[in-house]
Amino acid sequence: MQEQKRQSTPIGRRSILKGAAAVAGAALAPRAITGFPAVIAAEPVSLRYLGTAVNQSKEIAQKVKADLGITIEYVPVVTDDVAKRIITQPGSFDIADCEYFQLRKLMPSGNLIGMDAKRIKYADKITPVFTKGQVAGKTIGDQGTAPKKVFYLEGQTSTKFATSPTQWITLIPTVYNADTLGIRPDLIKRPISSWSELLNPEFKGKASILNIPSIGIMDAAMVVEAMGTHKYKDKGNMTKEEIDLTMKVLTDAKKSGQFRAFWKDFNESVNLMASGETVIQSMWSPAITKVRSMGIPCVYQPLKEGYRAWAAGFGLPKTLKGKKLDAAYDFINWFLSGWAGAFLNRQGYYSAVLETAKASMEPYEWAYWMEGKPAEKDIKAPDGTLLEKAGTVRDGGSYDTRMGAVACWNAVMDENDYMVRKWNEFIAA
Amino acid sequence: MERVHRGLTSRAAPYWQVAPLVLVFAIFFVMPLVLTAVVSTWRYNEYEMLPALVGSNYASVFTDCLAELPRLCLTFKTYLSTLRLCAAVWLATLLLGFAVAYFLAFHVRSLAWQMALFLVCTIPFWTSNVIRMVSWVPLLGRHGLVNSFAQEAGFTHAPIEWLLFSNFSVVVAFVHLYTMFMIVPIFNSMSRIDPALLEAAYDAGATGWQTLWNVIVPLSKPGIVIGSIFIVTVVIGDYVTIGVMGGQQIASVGKVIQVQLSYLQFPLAAANAMVLLAAVLVIVWGMTRLVDVRAEL
Repeated sequence: MQEQKRQSTPIGRRSILKGAAAVAGAALAPRAITGFPAVIAAEPVSLRYLGTAVNQSKEIAQKVKADLGITIEYVPVVTDDVAKRIITQPGSFDIADCEYFQLRKLMPSGNLIGMDAKRIKYADKITPVFTKGQVAGKTIGDQGTAPKKVFYLEGQTSTKFATSPTQWITLIPTVYNADTLGIRPDLIKRPISSWSELLNPEFKGKASILNIPSIGIMDAAMVVEAMGTHKYKDKGNMTKEEIDLTMKVLTDAKKSGQFRAFWKDFNESVNLMASGETVIQSMWSPAITKVRSMGIPCVYQPLKEGYRAWAAGFGLPKTLKGKKLDAAYDFINWFLSGWAGAFLNRQGYYSAVLETAKASMEPYEWAYWMEGKPAEKDIKAPDGTLLEKAGTVRDGGSYDTRMGAVACWNAVMDENDYMVRKWNEFIAA
Repeated sequence: MERVHRGLTSRAAPYWQVAPLVLVFAIFFVMPLVLTAVVSTWRYNEYEMLPALVGSNYASVFTDCLAELPRLCLTFKTYLSTLRLCAAVWLATLLLGFAVAYFLAFHVRSLAWQMALFLVCTIPFWTSNVIRMVSWVPLLGRHGLVNSFAQEAGFTHAPIEWLLFSNFSVVVAFVHLYTMFMIVPIFNSMSRIDPALLEAAYDAGATGWQTLWNVIVPLSKPGIVIGSIFIVTVVIGDYVTIGVMGGQQIASVGKVIQVQLSYLQFPLAAANAMVLLAAVLVIVWGMTRLVDVRAEL
């Protein structure tokens, strides 16, 4: 109670919401049934899962229900709103699926607590991408908020990130991927190999970038560096001068009509590419899959400067106690145990514990998605629709090649306020 | 009319009767507004708001606005772009809305037909906002219907680029969406015009245009003003339509506020919202100066 009070002083509204959420929570919580033997009395537990809709599959909820008896109630919001909810309404969810780069804002609020590695069965099997920033023994790019920088906490309720491994993990990874530019090979008709092509006048009026400042500016930085205009010390943490320079390059391109449109939403990006309004743009992996499933050629083009990576994971709110806390750990352990990992890998994402996922996938699926080998059989989506015909090779190749070529990670900069302001100016230019 | 209530009850009755509305307004309108005003003077950092009474958020809204003159600062530029759109949409919806209302009020005689045609006007609202906006792409896009027609008919050789993701497409989408808000109040004003006045004008030898300009337009003014208030307030605060139809390349005040909200800069967003509110109030005040809406109703 004392804790809560201290927490709620900065914002009056927060305590009101907290109260409201607590009342709602109490009303929702299943009533205890007494007088039954322990086994039967195991009451149904439900977890409110806050995250983005992309990660919240019906299939996962159904499988959890069947395997563990836990009901997952999805609370789908957009990436930015996940952070907003965690900060302003920490009592409104039981488990949060958020991105690592947001942690620099989230942890100081004290609303999330460290997860006990001892209770996570596969904690030491989590890929070294997260724990050490390595793929296949090779260190990968760590500019921006690389997960290894924010993976451990000094203590369970600490708000400081530990520099060496501890027992307390901030987020248990769910999905991650390496992002690059999407292109329409049928309309470009020549090989593309560098980020600098995004601002190539050849594609004037046919390029696009995403209008989410913190991600858009990273893509822009990849372009600026590829053009040889400037070499950043850390693309994910620019100085004011670097922000000015990056935005100037973008603004000049915008004024000369390089961009057809910017996009903000997954479907907008699919629409732009599928309709041929754009031929080269920043894009997310599932959007490429969607364009391709319409029968339109679209490539997630690997580029020589590398990828911009992102990663999301499960975090626990400080308020979670008792049965719900146990259920949350059970759910996370289940999530790492293979089925979910295989499910995500089959969509082109990557899962946290590779060996369990491998055991849950067919050898030909593993070979296609993770080893970069030509598909032995037709590759199907989890819902059975045909994704790729036999013989196709995944764009960018194997896990080791793709994740090994990561150059930077989604980030929150020290000069975040300034960056947001400059981005707004860019849109207004 | 017979009075049912007597004494104290009858004097208190009007208050009880307005109480529910007052309560709804107080809770859902006044309180959030007051909270926004209060928060706009608070300090903030990356993850929390700290109660304070500072003007720094307002200062930040107008950063460099005086120093950079005559070059426009972000806020002025954004308002200018929003106001320009606002004016274009207002003019287009006014002309179109007035014409449609005129047709419905003076040319369609039967009530049944008036109702039927009104329903036709609501068709744009039958689908979701997003679907409606996305469906403009196959029509106005580079490979869309309009462009392929224009090229086949020989009007142009290359696709017309400014049809989509431009100020033009934003105005088209707004007009498509909101002309209804202009039609209804203007129609309402027109349907109160006594037909005898039109006959008198005709008898006095006025031409059709003279009747329109000297009789119908002045008497429709309250409707025009109410419709204009609807349009201006809706367009000035919009960021979804401007975002999607403008290809996210056109600045709008709403978008600036939305970006600040998603970066948890609540006090800054609140300050921006208060400035926007002030701008809207000034515009509405100006319009009601032109016509005393309350007296005319």
